[in-house]
Amino acid sequence: MYVTIRDRPADGIGPTAGKVSATVLLLGTVSLLTDVSSEMVASVLPLYLTATVGLSPVAYGFLDGVYQGVSAFLRIAGGYAGDRGGQPKWVAVVGYGASAISRIAMLAATGFAAITAVVTADRLGKGLRTAPRDALIAEASDPAMLGRAFGVHRALDTIGAALGPLVAFALLWSVPGSYDSIFVVSFAFAVVGVAVLVLFVPNLRTTAPSTRTGLRRVLREVGGRRLRRPLIAAGVLGLLTVGDGFLYLALQERDDVAAVYFPLLYVGTNIAYLALAVPMGRLADRFGRARVLVAGHGALLACYLLGALPSGGPGLTLAVLLLLGVFYAATDGVLPALVSPLVPAETRGSGIAAAQTVVVLARFASSLTFGVLWAVRGPAVSLLLFAALLAVAIPVAAWLLRGAEASR
Amino acid sequence: MSLRNRVAALVTVLIVAVAGAGAYVWKVRRDQARTVAAAPPVPPGADLATVRAQPHLVFRSTALGAGYGKVAVVPLTAPDGPRTLTPASCERVYATAADAICLSAERGLVTTYQARLLGPSWTTVRDLPLTGIPSRARLSRDGTLAATTTFVFGDSYANPGQFSTRTVVARVDGEVVGDIEKFTLTVDGRVVTASDKNLWGVTFLDDDRFYATAASGARTWLVEGSLSARTVTALHGDVECPSLSPDRTRVAFKKHGDLPAGKWRLAVYDLRTGAETLLAETRSVDDQVEWLDDRTVVYGLPRETAGTASSDVWRVPADGTGEPQLLIHDAWSPAVVRGEEGS
Repeated sequence: MYVTIRDRPADGIGPTAGKVSATVLLLGTVSLLTDVSSEMVASVLPLYLTATVGLSPVAYGFLDGVYQGVSAFLRIAGGYAGDRGGQPKWVAVVGYGASAISRIAMLAATGFAAITAVVTADRLGKGLRTAPRDALIAEASDPAMLGRAFGVHRALDTIGAALGPLVAFALLWSVPGSYDSIFVVSFAFAVVGVAVLVLFVPNLRTTAPSTRTGLRRVLREVGGRRLRRPLIAAGVLGLLTVGDGFLYLALQERDDVAAVYFPLLYVGTNIAYLALAVPMGRLADRFGRARVLVAGHGALLACYLLGALPSGGPGLTLAVLLLLGVFYAATDGVLPALVSPLVPAETRGSGIAAAQTVVVLARFASSLTFGVLWAVRGPAVSLLLFAALLAVAIPVAAWLLRGAEASR
Repeated sequence: MSLRNRVAALVTVLIVAVAGAGAYVWKVRRDQARTVAAAPPVPPGADLATVRAQPHLVFRSTALGAGYGKVAVVPLTAPDGPRTLTPASCERVYATAADAICLSAERGLVTTYQARLLGPSWTTVRDLPLTGIPSRARLSRDGTLAATTTFVFGDSYANPGQFSTRTVVARVDGEVVGDIEKFTLTVDGRVVTASDKNLWGVTFLDDDRFYATAASGARTWLVEGSLSARTVTALHGDVECPSLSPDRTRVAFKKHGDLPAGKWRLAVYDLRTGAETLLAETRSVDDQVEWLDDRTVVYGLPRETAGTASSDVWRVPADGTGEPQLLIHDAWSPAVVRGEEGS
């Protein structure tokens, strides 16, 4: 089924020995602390909004979708801002800082508009910081070990995401009903994260201090020959990537186990992702990032097919979660690892941002399409259709990516 | 800055963050403990069987202290008097003379929620299907049908936070009648198939017919549904969380109107004349109201004092006159049991 990707990543330098740079570990620590902070709030936000504030969740969900778009565009702005000044660290500081401040602002926000603004500030901060942070990871890492470096970062990030809800519910148990306490503790975590970033992450300059990377240069690089085909490939695959929420919903439609333990499905996927992020990154360094990225979509294809089966059970549900973890481990950190070497250091943030934005927007479009299809045809037919399209798209993407790693 | 100074700076930030957050939580804990200590002890009411034998109110007690979160019962004749606590703990409760439905949360790595059917002794008779965060629960008058509404949210790395509701009707013997979101929704003669279609807040008319909220896009409707025909049909616009009056002629509901987002106003819709009456309660109410009798509705309102997790149950006339009055302190999720009623 897969078209062979002929070109191998840099042979010669053995991707076996060597450690991940301290900067990557520090950035991972920053992400861990920030994710504890954000997942603390995210895990109680639905309860808080519905139980305490009295917000209509349907309206919240709708607004959230809109702001995803804003966040995607800010990601490009963040990448570009990091490139232009040649100091991605300080752009990342602004992004992490905005999210930290949004936590403490929750104390004062009571109305719908205020809460929307605060949640938006958090999303904007996330949009702004992602690309410059990934540019820093790329800058600090041995090019032959990029997959592993991103894998380590994403694993630390996921640990934070798993700890956040635990901290939140331990707090709610200790001080019943005090959401304010959650916001204050969340703020404390975020502040320490920003402090680690400001104090310890080196201000790696991607350009000479005198040069400023102009918009034209960035556009030329991002729209250029070397990045064009990977961006198209990422877009095509993204268009056929259904949000995992839909997959969980499909599982629980047919399966009582999945329905009762619905919230645990995310945890299952997260555990698989956490366990596989580093091995997948190493695999990508050794056998080719494009190859692992494309193969990861094979795991997604298997998820669609398993999700479309008429009946399920605990075994099948677990298999889907595992495969979904494989998919995220093979794509989330591997994509920036694939893209980074394709763009010069001066425009790396913009290049990574462009790839991530293409994926986010394509997945957003995919979820909208899938939602409509689901309503008309039901989950099984929709999943089978997406599976068929993805089966065609995977070899196409492999073909588009075949030169991606040779030109490094 | 030298490494030494940077480490010192981080340690300072760490200490300030831990001490600051710790002090805040400690203060909240201390304040909560003081409130408990300062609160007059809740005088225990009569024994459960006695209260249950007369017309009574069932609600979630939110008075701080040992009984926090427990389901409590008071006679209709003395709603704010001594309350009798039951052994059940619920986030939301609804009861008939025969049984009660209880939505509860199990906090852990992830919070899971249960819908349980409670028998006369307030112990679990059966678990009912439930997915997501519980929002509304209702039993039919004869206590044979149960409806639960939950918020289900599909999170995703690419587009998190998509919310939708799920409303399941089940027989109290455990048989699932259906997810009413899958029923055919008709608005103005047209079938609505939009993927953002949501239904919630069921109130039963009889063993087959019910009223509920339907929403699509930014619009909501009062719908009348049939379990046997698996249809829901829109009757009236801008209606959320309907509640049928005991004489079955009107529904009380929350109406968004042109209020700011996340705010609602209570109103009553007359099913025979189509007339809509705004009630005298002007604060925003986000609750499925309950009828005290044919002239009065009751509802929970979070207390407006900052930092409290408490709420009270209020009453207001159903004809738009008068003004809201406090019915029960430290209470939430009221259900009125008027005794034996025809089904």
